[in-house]
Amino acid sequence: MESVTKRYPDGTVAVDRLSLEIPDRSITVLVGPSGCGKTTTLRMINRMVEPSEGTILLDGEDIQRQPVTTLRRSMGYVIQNAGLFQHRTIVDNIATVPRMLGWGKQKARARAAELMERVGLDAALAKRYPYQLSGGQQQRVGVARALAADPPVLLMDEPFSAVDPVVRKGLQDELLRIQDELGKTIVFVTHDIDEAIKLGTMVAVMRTGGHLAQYAPPAELLSSPADTFVEDFLGGDRGIRRLSFFPSGRLELTTGPVIPLDATAEQIAAPTPLPPGDRRGRQTARLERAARPDGRGHQAGPAPVPRATVRPGTDSLRVALDCAVLSPTGWAVAVDTDGRVTGVVSQQTIGEAIRSAHAAGRDDERDDEKVAG
Amino acid sequence: MSDYLHDFFDIPSDLQHSWIGLVGLHLREALLPVAAGLLLALPIAQLCVRFRWLYPPVLSVTTVLYAIPSLAFFVVLIDYTGQTELTVMIPLAVYSLVVLVPAIVDGVRSVSEETLAAATAMGFGPLRRYFQVQLPIAVPAIIAGLRVATVSSISLVSVGMLIGNQGALGNLLHDAQIYNRPELTWNSVITTALLAILVDALLVLVRVLLTPWMPNGTARRKPAPALEDAAR
Repeated sequence: MESVTKRYPDGTVAVDRLSLEIPDRSITVLVGPSGCGKTTTLRMINRMVEPSEGTILLDGEDIQRQPVTTLRRSMGYVIQNAGLFQHRTIVDNIATVPRMLGWGKQKARARAAELMERVGLDAALAKRYPYQLSGGQQQRVGVARALAADPPVLLMDEPFSAVDPVVRKGLQDELLRIQDELGKTIVFVTHDIDEAIKLGTMVAVMRTGGHLAQYAPPAELLSSPADTFVEDFLGGDRGIRRLSFFPSGRLELTTGPVIPLDATAEQIAAPTPLPPGDRRGRQTARLERAARPDGRGHQAGPAPVPRATVRPGTDSLRVALDCAVLSPTGWAVAVDTDGRVTGVVSQQTIGEAIRSAHAAGRDDERDDEKVAG
Repeated sequence: MSDYLHDFFDIPSDLQHSWIGLVGLHLREALLPVAAGLLLALPIAQLCVRFRWLYPPVLSVTTVLYAIPSLAFFVVLIDYTGQTELTVMIPLAVYSLVVLVPAIVDGVRSVSEETLAAATAMGFGPLRRYFQVQLPIAVPAIIAGLRVATVSSISLVSVGMLIGNQGALGNLLHDAQIYNRPELTWNSVITTALLAILVDALLVLVRVLLTPWMPNGTARRKPAPALEDAAR
């Protein structure tokens, strides 16, 4: 995907002199408030909207130079609410573009079945009609349909905004997994900045009137927003959210007593050393409550907080800090990938790790400046 | 009783048809106009969808045409088409438009914005999109319109009696009067009603066969793993 410059006035200006270089084989997110021209921008890429000025180059070639239907068939398109053909079965929906490209029925259906598996759809759904599927499943079909002819480019227009947050998270994770496997060039439109930060390799923040406010990787967006608009749009606690981009691998762990949340008073009174391999290990947390005279206080306690442990190396500093904050003692419990306790880490240590990560980030930026200079 | 039944089906010879023959004639005079109306309505409706401003005036015109009494149509047409079936069928075809055009327009418009955008984005040209997406999705609405048009057409055929025995089963009403045979009136009314009910049921069947993708009504309800899956 090559550099793009275009302006789109039809009385009102929807997109104003926008230049974007969209990197190959990565997810570029266009994000902004409604009416900022992000969908218009996306639709110019497959010429559902023709730019009034400027050109769009795909692999160095002007997209105006090939027939519009050919162009569109080479780009997958996923839309809000999936936009499935309600009168066709799931397998036929997915096979639509391959069939138009002249594939045989058998081959197209085999391909559809393969894609259903890839997007995590039960093969039993193949002969169903869209109304028989949940919103999340329909959206998966939408993604499968877009991938059917193996297009190099995938355009996604707020694909996950009509499903509930739990399903949305599942779909986002799935998209990242699929992207790991397939390495498409994806342009993704959303109004949800968190979704943009989660999915984007590059994020283009657009503001009303079709102006590009900032185009940067998500970590840079959070650390140095270009102006107050971007800052406001990012919303609160961007400092905390930025921690998602810092790995927790270098956290120094100390050993300490870790007592399962469901320990009895006796176990607490006679602390056994940290049992290696104890999967229930949570926190030193419950000490005070569990030590109540009746020795039963623990049973009335709330259920253990899910994910209250951190896996150094896999998780980010944000997870580590979250754990430490959730723990009544202020210590986060570290576990290995099998869930065995490997140690504990204090808020203070995490704080130091954050400071050094910030310092490293600044060094990087300085290096960049030197290169640029 | 059997005498009565015998009289009931004893069609006077001036009609030159058996009872079955009259039924066939009636169906032809009723259904051909609806078919012609459908063929006419499809392009008109498509124009109305394509050019939105066209729809209100088209609706007014079809409504006004519907308001013209068939007798008036006959008076005009008889100079051109004579005392023939065609003279009966032309007004019926025109009348069917008042139902069919809005049915098709609403049906085609009922296709969601997302589905249309998705079709366009996948590289459907306008023609392919019309025939493969819009029209199939409009089928339930079109058939709903066809049901009304057909039933009304079946009952309206009877007025053809006024232009010299072109009313098929309606002619029985006239004969009942002149031969003083009230059972022929019953025959006409009951047969016409049965025909209407049968053809209507047939159209419902066609709808069911054409639209296995419809959520409600006759669609087979399998215990949906859709739900289990959604819970994942």
